[in-house]
Amino acid sequence: MQAAVPLGHNDENHDGAPFKMVVENLSAFYGTKKAVSGVSLGFRERTVTAIIGPSGCGKSTLIRCLNRMHEVVPGGHIDGQVLLDGADIYTQDPVSVRRRIGMVFQKPNPFPTMSVYDNVAAGLRLNGVRKRSLLDAAVTKGLKQAALWDEVKDNPYGPGIRLSGGQQQRLCIARALAIEPEVILMDEPCSALDPIATAKIEDLIFDLQKTYTVVIVTHNMQQAARVAEYTAFMYLGELIEYDRTKKIFEQPAQKLTENYITGRFG
Amino acid sequence: MKLDRDGRRRIFNWVVSGLCFLCVVVALVPLGSLLYTAFLNGSHILSISFLISPENPVGICVPGNCSAGGIGPAIYATIVVVGIAALISIPVGVLSGIYLSEYGRGRLGRVISFFTDVMTGTPSIVVGLFAFAVFVYIDRAHAFSALDGSVALAIIMVPTVTRTTEEGLRLVPNSLREGAYALGIPRYRAVLQIVLSTGRSIIITGAVLAVMRASGEVAPLLVTTLFSPQGFTGLGSPAGLLGPVIFFYATGASPLLVRAAWGASLLLILAMLGISLAARIALRNRFK
Amino acid sequence: MLRRSRNSGQTFSSRLRRIFDLTFLSVTLVVALGLLALLTAFVLVLINAAHLTLARYGISLLGNPRWAPSSNHFGLLPFVDGTLITAAIALLIAVPLSLGIAIFLSELAPRWISEPLGYLVELLAAVPSVIFGLWGIFVLVPFMRTSIDPALASANASVDSTLHVSIPLFTGPIEGSGVFTAGVILAIMIIPTISAISREALRAVPQPQREGALGLGATHWESTRISVLSYARIGIIAAIILGLGRAVGETMAVTMVIGNSDFIPTSLFSQGQTIASLIANEFLSTYASPLAASAFLEAALVLLLITLAINIGARLLVWRLVKSTGGGGIE
Repeated sequence: MQAAVPLGHNDENHDGAPFKMVVENLSAFYGTKKAVSGVSLGFRERTVTAIIGPSGCGKSTLIRCLNRMHEVVPGGHIDGQVLLDGADIYTQDPVSVRRRIGMVFQKPNPFPTMSVYDNVAAGLRLNGVRKRSLLDAAVTKGLKQAALWDEVKDNPYGPGIRLSGGQQQRLCIARALAIEPEVILMDEPCSALDPIATAKIEDLIFDLQKTYTVVIVTHNMQQAARVAEYTAFMYLGELIEYDRTKKIFEQPAQKLTENYITGRFG
Repeated sequence: MKLDRDGRRRIFNWVVSGLCFLCVVVALVPLGSLLYTAFLNGSHILSISFLISPENPVGICVPGNCSAGGIGPAIYATIVVVGIAALISIPVGVLSGIYLSEYGRGRLGRVISFFTDVMTGTPSIVVGLFAFAVFVYIDRAHAFSALDGSVALAIIMVPTVTRTTEEGLRLVPNSLREGAYALGIPRYRAVLQIVLSTGRSIIITGAVLAVMRASGEVAPLLVTTLFSPQGFTGLGSPAGLLGPVIFFYATGASPLLVRAAWGASLLLILAMLGISLAARIALRNRFK
Repeated sequence: MLRRSRNSGQTFSSRLRRIFDLTFLSVTLVVALGLLALLTAFVLVLINAAHLTLARYGISLLGNPRWAPSSNHFGLLPFVDGTLITAAIALLIAVPLSLGIAIFLSELAPRWISEPLGYLVELLAAVPSVIFGLWGIFVLVPFMRTSIDPALASANASVDSTLHVSIPLFTGPIEGSGVFTAGVILAIMIIPTISAISREALRAVPQPQREGALGLGATHWESTRISVLSYARIGIIAAIILGLGRAVGETMAVTMVIGNSDFIPTSLFSQGQTIASLIANEFLSTYASPLAASAFLEAALVLLLITLAINIGARLLVWRLVKSTGGGGIE
């Protein structure tokens, strides 16, 4: 199999934005079982990069390595490097790393005993921010960025779990945005939502890339085509191809990619 | 009527169902009888003065003063002694429950969990004698004291609180913990502020039920707090709690005392019925 | 707002965070280990406190039928007998009833019946032992004395006369209280335990298992018998053993209806004493003598070891069951 398009700091597309995060030869394990194998990949600043592939290809594992959530699972460890602004996050304090990289999960997980306001403010409060005016400003900004503000502004102190699925997911996005991360990771954020909520969140993702670097895992190719400027295709733990989304879908370089895109397996 | 094999099987089915239902009825008859008798004998003695009267308990006549009296002293003593036991046992139980649920998933945690379960089956009178023996070592003069009783009750309560805390925290979905970690919240904070508050209704219910059980205990108190008609007379002295009061009055000679025993029993039953019903409702609402 | 504070002193706050994490873990670990220490303390302290009689008599007390502390006779045999007999009676009565209840509530009854009835059975467990004892003295004992015991006595007598034997079960003076009545009241109190755990064992049976027999055209009871009961067998046995553990340790209700006689029971109508009721009744009157107190503590040690063995055995069974079937959630 031909090697995937090599990435690194010497990528030929000079018109692309610089790389915010770079993964170098990353392998991820659950105990002795290898789920991700020798992946090298870059995520450009203020862009949306999608990771697609059939279930079991390792895309969720990969994205969880990007904010050191993979090691939270018993037996989870990695080989290789993940560089954020050039520095390997695996040599730094994981808690600090996770404050710079936000994550949104597949199933919305707002804190059930907290109100909408408290949910969004949770990350801030833990950083020691106490002043009410600062919290108010950050919560409002987060909710507005997550396009949830209009729907909750009349009652931001209501319980977070009373919202609909789509609203809960936007709440989780607001919560992640409130601590002003630099990168946002999304692990199949729409798979538990209905089409209308999905459309709203896709619009949101498209807007977010003006400010943040976004990495999104999705099993829905059309979604990748809609929101992402770059796409990476993974299969059985390996990176098969990475390029601009347009090129992946119109002229994939790898046969495997082409088979997946055209639905021959998946 | 021709009973073919199928018909016979069907009738047998009904017979067995009937028998099983009968088992339920037979088991509930004593409960019904007990509740009925308690209401019959205890209701007319239950009054405000009976409950809060600070005077001598019913039936004990000080020369020249056969006042109505009540179980006020016993209620007060129960609140104090069980309260202290709760203050000791609930933090200990919650902390161990936290360990077992959040950190102790390996071998050690399972061993501790296993033996905690075993401990819940220890006879309460043995725990009482244990506390007594410990106090004889440490402070022989105060071996029969309210504090001794509190310690015994606390030991009885801790395994229950530990297990209910552990089970309650286990029910908190892992996605919440992950959400907290992804926000960059350190583990101890995630446990204390997120996990604990999410599971708090189950933990509180477990603690309340443990307190309720401790209030009805008698055997361990017989060998620790001994008894005192004045109820609570100080941490270092014997005390007369509600349970032992019922025991002594029930086996006493005077019908007045027996009536007081029924009154106290009815009070305990009503309190426990109320609390267990409230606990059930609280837990049901949690899963909405 | 956040970035400014983030980059300065980052290593310090992360070190602090790690210290807090470690401290929290250590505190909870120490407390949890304390529980194990407490259990061992039970055994050690009791052994130590009973050293006088342990040194002098060892375990021969268990075989000695004479209990007379005032003349230094500390035989525990009458109480071991009492404990065993009352527990056996309790199990004989409670097990069939509990199984019937568990099967009815978990297999046969629709939800709107099983929920309230299940709650009522649980209520039995919530009533304190001493209140059961109070009811026992004034309701159960007279009832036994006037209705049940005479019937049992005449049944025993007729069996004796037709078979020309002399079965010492329901013979002797009828007082209403006694070993049999204590067994009955124990049965009432352990029914909730056995039925609740059996229900859990029945509930743990996976649906395909039940449907297998139903699909063959079995009646409800038949499918229950074929598929469910055999699958839940181990859990039910564990439930029974745990009920036994509870019966052995029960104190107050037994004390109040067993009649308090320090001799080996000769029939089921005899007044008797269990180890637990012995301590409850007589510890206070004789504790002043160190040798007597030591005897009581040795009795407590015996009781503790018996219940520990029973409980460990039962829980090991449950643990094995959960491991082999990969689930079940039995308490």
